[in-house]
Amino acid sequence: MEEEATKYIWEGAIPLQIKLHESEITSFPPPPPLMILGLRIGYLPLLVPPLKAHFSSTLPPGTDNVWFDYKGLPLKWYIPTGVLFDLLCAEPERPWNLTVHFRGSPGDVLTPCEGEESVKWSYINSLKEAAYVINGNCKNVMNMSQADQYDLWQSLLKGNMEGYLKISSRLKLGPFGEDSLPSEASETVASSRPSRIPVRLYVRSVGEEIVDIEDAPIIDSWDKISYINRPFEIYKEEGGYVSLKQALKSLLPETFNTNSSQEESSTNVKDPNAPDFEDDNAKLRLVRVQGIEPDMDIPFFWLANCLRNPEFYLHICVFISKQPKLI
Amino acid sequence: MRGVCTRSGSLSAADFYASAIYFSQRWNETNSDFPNWVWIPCSRLGAISEDEGYLVLEKIKLQTERNDSNLEELNNCDSSANDDLTDEATLVDVHSHDAHLYDLHIAYSFTYKVPVLYFRGYKSDGCHLSLDEIKEELPSHSVEILQKSKWTFMTQEEHPYLNTPWYTLHPCGTGDWMKLLLSSTSYGENISLIQYLPAWLSVIGQTVGLRVPLELYSRS
Repeated sequence: MEEEATKYIWEGAIPLQIKLHESEITSFPPPPPLMILGLRIGYLPLLVPPLKAHFSSTLPPGTDNVWFDYKGLPLKWYIPTGVLFDLLCAEPERPWNLTVHFRGSPGDVLTPCEGEESVKWSYINSLKEAAYVINGNCKNVMNMSQADQYDLWQSLLKGNMEGYLKISSRLKLGPFGEDSLPSEASETVASSRPSRIPVRLYVRSVGEEIVDIEDAPIIDSWDKISYINRPFEIYKEEGGYVSLKQALKSLLPETFNTNSSQEESSTNVKDPNAPDFEDDNAKLRLVRVQGIEPDMDIPFFWLANCLRNPEFYLHICVFISKQPKLI
Repeated sequence: MRGVCTRSGSLSAADFYASAIYFSQRWNETNSDFPNWVWIPCSRLGAISEDEGYLVLEKIKLQTERNDSNLEELNNCDSSANDDLTDEATLVDVHSHDAHLYDLHIAYSFTYKVPVLYFRGYKSDGCHLSLDEIKEELPSHSVEILQKSKWTFMTQEEHPYLNTPWYTLHPCGTGDWMKLLLSSTSYGENISLIQYLPAWLSVIGQTVGLRVPLELYSRS
C-alpha cells in the first residue's frame, strides 16, 4: 500500500501555465506562456532551464535573478510546488497560472535563489533536519558520499523514484511509528524517547462567513499564512493510535484548545461521536496533503508514511475558521 | 518544566522560554548603557502564545573591525589583557555617519531543541548589508569557518516568525558543543537550565562580535 502511495506522490504533477512578466517583454508580439508540468515534489526554480529557453529571445539585457509570483504574491521557492498549489489555490486552478520574472527578485521578502544549487542545498538541509527529528542526529545524511548525494539529487530532479529509493532507503529514516516498534533488546532505551515525525504545517484562516472554501480570498501576503515547522511527538506507550485531527490539535494548541496543555492534547483521545471542536476557538475547514483531503480520523502515522515528501517531511495545508465568540 | 542540566546539550521549549526571560532580565539589569533584549511573543492567527516567541536586540553596533577606531571613545569597561577579548559591545552611535547597525533575534528550534541566532545588518541609510559586507565585519575566525563551508555555517534563511530573509548560524551542531560547555568544570555540576542562554550566547556572541558581560554569569 505504501509503495502505491509513494508512486502516486512521485507521479503527481501540477499543470502550469507560466507567463513572463510584462515589464520584461521586449519583443512584439509577446511570447506565449509556457505550458509545463511541475512535479508536486519538485520546486519552481528547477523549471528555469525550459523557461529560459522559451523566453530568452525576449528578455531585456542583464543577469538573471529568477522568481515567480501567483496573483502578485512572490512565491517561496523552497516550498514544494504541490504544497504551494494546495495552499494558495483554495479552488484548484487547472492549469495553474503563474508569472515568472527574470529580474529584480524582491530581496526584502524572498531569500535569494541562485538556481539549482540553492534548491539542492535547501533540500539537503531539509533532509538533514528530518533525519535529526527522526533519529536525534543527522549523521546518516552527513555521512552520505558525494556520489550518493549527487545521485539522490539527480533522481529527484528527474522524477526517478526507483533511483531515489535505492539511496534513501539506506538512510534508514522510515517507516514512522507503529511499523517501527523497537526490538525487545532496545525497548527500554527507545521507549524513554518519544517518536518524532517531521511535519511542516501551512495554516491559513478563512472567514467564518465563507461557506465554500473554494471562495476563500486570494492570499496577497505571506503574513496571512502561519508556517509551523515543528515535529509531532508521541510516546509509544501512550498508544500508537493518534488521528490526523488529534495530531493537528496538538501541533496548534493555542489555535484550538485553550483548556488542554500541550503535553496532554497529543494523547487525549476524545469521544469520536462528540461534535467537532465544541470547546475550541477554531474550526478545521479543510486539510490538504498531496492534493488529497484525508479523513480526519485517519491514523496520523499511516498518513505520514504514505504521503510524506521524499525528504521525509509531511507537508500539511490547513484552512481554519475562527469560531465567533459567544457573548 | 525547569530542570537541572541534563548534559544533553539541548533544552525544551519551556526551558528556552524560562531561560530567555531570565537572561533578558539579567542583561537589562547589568547592562544599563545598552539596549534591552525584549521578548516578542509569537502571534499566530490572532492567538498570542503564552510561551512561544523570540528575543530581540535591535539597532546595535557590534564589535567589528571597522568600528575599532570608535572603540576607545565609547568603551567604558575594563579591557582584559587578551586583545581578542577587548571586544566590547558599544553604544549605539547615531552620529557616526557610516555606522553599521545590527538586529539580533534569538528563536527556538523545535527540531534541534536549541536556540538559534538570526541577524541582519544595515547601513546608516537603512539598506541591508549583503553577505559579503557582513563578512568584512565579522571577527576573522568566523570568516575562516564561513569560507570553508558556505552552507553549513552561516546561511540566509527565512525568519521562523517574520516573513523576511535573515542570516542565521546553522543550529545542527549546537547541541554537541553546548553539551561540552555545560559539562565543563567551570560551570560546575548543578547548573540550572535557566542559565542555558547566557552560556550559549557566550559562544555564539563571539562569532558575531557581541560580548556578553561577565556580570551576567554571577549567581544572584
